[in-house]
Amino acid sequence: MATPAAPAASAPPERRHGWWIFGIWLVLSVAADLLIWFAWYPHMPPGVMSSSASHQRFDIAFMALLAAPVVIFIWTYFGYAIVTWRHRAGDEEDGPPIHGNIRVQATWIVATAVIVLGLFAFGTVELIAPAGAGAGEGPAPIWKPNGTTVNATSWSPGAKNTLVVQVIGQEWWFTYRYPQFGGMESTRLYLPQGTPVEFHVTSLDVIHSFWAYLLGVKADANPQVDNVAYTTPKHLGGFIVRCSELCGLWHGAMFNSGKVVTPSAFQSWANSVRAREQGNGTLAALPPYALTYDPTVIPQLGKDLVKVAGITGANGYYYPGQQAGTPGNPVSP
Amino acid sequence: MSVPARVAALLIAFAAVVVGAAFIVIHYLGSNPSFVDYTSVAHGGQVNVVLQEDPQNNSASKPDWVSYFVRNPQTRVWEHTTLFKVPANTRVNVTILGYDGCTPPRNNFWSQVQGTIGGTITVQQFKDTNQPLGPPSTTQIFNGWRHCAVGHTFAIPGLNLFVPVASPNASASLCSSSPCTSGPYSLEKFSFMTPRHGGEFRWQCFVPCGGGFIDGNGGPMQTLGYMTGFMEVAS
Repeated sequence: MATPAAPAASAPPERRHGWWIFGIWLVLSVAADLLIWFAWYPHMPPGVMSSSASHQRFDIAFMALLAAPVVIFIWTYFGYAIVTWRHRAGDEEDGPPIHGNIRVQATWIVATAVIVLGLFAFGTVELIAPAGAGAGEGPAPIWKPNGTTVNATSWSPGAKNTLVVQVIGQEWWFTYRYPQFGGMESTRLYLPQGTPVEFHVTSLDVIHSFWAYLLGVKADANPQVDNVAYTTPKHLGGFIVRCSELCGLWHGAMFNSGKVVTPSAFQSWANSVRAREQGNGTLAALPPYALTYDPTVIPQLGKDLVKVAGITGANGYYYPGQQAGTPGNPVSP
Repeated sequence: MSVPARVAALLIAFAAVVVGAAFIVIHYLGSNPSFVDYTSVAHGGQVNVVLQEDPQNNSASKPDWVSYFVRNPQTRVWEHTTLFKVPANTRVNVTILGYDGCTPPRNNFWSQVQGTIGGTITVQQFKDTNQPLGPPSTTQIFNGWRHCAVGHTFAIPGLNLFVPVASPNASASLCSSSPCTSGPYSLEKFSFMTPRHGGEFRWQCFVPCGGGFIDGNGGPMQTLGYMTGFMEVAS
């Protein structure tokens, strides 16, 4: 019977690689997360101009906190392996065959499952808690701001009084209607600080997308669809509104500026626009406020805008050529 | 295939690609309409810009598209372009001759005059050249829905300038040969200030006048030289 060879008395003890990797990973991860939280987070986009923006910033920071240790673990293992298990001169020996490791596999499955399920729970909470997180929720939103009230015909300053703003996309500009101020319309988006805002986003032609980046609000503007989004502006200042849906030649130029002002300044501005549009007849000329609009229906000119007496443009039709209807039949836009 | 034949085929294919690329560059990129320069005729902090919009145009490829024309201040010739240049910090006095018929705006908000000096436009209707149908009138809104009265708009969104352009209200037939010199038209005047800094400002029509295209917004609405263009502000 052969006896196993006794280990050489001079062989150094095997280094505990797992603990080494864990130690390096722990130090680097803690350092990275501290940097992320204290140095990067305060400067992360989209900032803190509104409730939805600050929620988004927190989400991004939290994701970075989670992602950093994962990335660092991969890099640590990679670097450790290169340094420790690299090929050395004169060493022609193969590595030991590996036939599975229940502990490693179980750790991997449990860890990834916890991360994915945790992200699912976190994402769901972060979608519900800030009332849709500034995203368009469609015509029947299920995540609304808590404890706020909407007066359909008037608005006064107050942290619970929701301001309703309709965003109308048209190639190639956004306009804004304020139904609580007589349905006045403006090319400028003014919002009061500290007030919940309910956006109703729609389009008069193709698909646009209302993206107020610094407010953390983004909602598609679809024709014949009322897309609702919420936010609460928290800080005074200007912001840019962009179209984020390719919509034609001037898509890249379809942006304008908005402003968060004090509630009293907002009220003053809105009342002045309303008074001007009342005085010059614009309010009377606008269609009654509605959640969506059909541009082919102009009651003042006749319901079916197929061929209206007096329209002499092109061949006499509102939509000439292939899109033209026939007299008596609606236009198919 | 022999080696010389393969080389020849390769050279021919390469030449075809080069010719195709050259055609694209020359035909599409190099065929932008010309700039009409108003900077040399500015005087006393003001400049007069004259435009007309027609139911058709004088191009060979798309003669049935509605189009703007710009009058060259030196030659007084109507140029088929929508690019013009004005000085910075200058009062621009715009005259638009509207020869095209009416089309209701998709959003009647564009019937409101915005961004002009005084917030108004002055409109006068003509039965034909030098045959006014009435005195000029000044207004803050030209309601394109009350009666079909707006042909197009002239808008420079970057300057918050939005102006409805009246259509002729005469019953006579519209001008049928561009650039129009006869036929019923509306004469519209307004002024605005150019910014203190230079730059290029796109302008467009907000009435869906691209007949035959989706929502009336294709064709001339999306092509420089027709219903959209640039105003270059020289600093």
